[in-house]
Amino acid sequence: MDSLTNYLVVSVVLFSLGLFGVITRRNGVAVLMGVELILNSANLNFLAFARFGGMNMAGHVFALFVIVLAAAEAAVALAIIINIFNNFQTINVDEVSDLKQ
Amino acid sequence: MADFTFWIVVGLTLGSAFMVVQSKNLLYSAYALLFSFMGVTGLYVFLWADFIAVVQVVVYVGGILILIIFGIMLTNKITSVNISHTSVQKGIGTLAVLGIATLLAYMVFSTPWIELANVEQEETTASIGRLLMMDYLLPFEAASLLLLGALIGATTLSRKED
Repeated sequence: MDSLTNYLVVSVVLFSLGLFGVITRRNGVAVLMGVELILNSANLNFLAFARFGGMNMAGHVFALFVIVLAAAEAAVALAIIINIFNNFQTINVDEVSDLKQ
Repeated sequence: MADFTFWIVVGLTLGSAFMVVQSKNLLYSAYALLFSFMGVTGLYVFLWADFIAVVQVVVYVGGILILIIFGIMLTNKITSVNISHTSVQKGIGTLAVLGIATLLAYMVFSTPWIELANVEQEETTASIGRLLMMDYLLPFEAASLLLLGALIGATTLSRKED
């Protein structure tokens, strides 16, 4: 467990699963879940490099900023998704390609 | 023993993440996301990032996940329609993701990473606070402005027009 590569491989798998969710899911909320997985894998990388680079605290601060951005992004994205649902009665992202109804 | 726990946590994280992108039921996906977040929190603890681990639990599990479940509840007619969702283009998606994963894994294994030996574990909260108030003061203030903007933007977007 005390090896940088272990954490990097976990992060690679997490990123790939998140990307798979983003490109294959139809539901907008499910796409958002994929984005959250990707952000988590990025955070894991930041903290792994911080730990194995001699407890470099800059990595922790950047992970904190990523979490803040994720919270802001989730709030705005869900507001948009609820608006889409009110206009189209669906949130399947492949069906809401009309710019004007 | 710590080794064993580490692999249990890794299995929990990746298994739940797989459930998130595979499950047919949107609510099952959301609950699997909870376990994935908790697994990532465990990995943060293994990386000696105690403060970030607590922030992860508070913000992701207590905030973002609740928001996502609210989003599911508000955009589905619970009583009439089953909360199912499907995937499209699974074959080509799997191919593309496998390609990217192979590329990344090759990069991870072929790069000679420098790992410092004898790193001492230390308390992180005080150093994070010092960095936020000194070196990263401007990004910190920008993040607070961004949160205010996101708050106002989300309220404006989601309320009914008069």
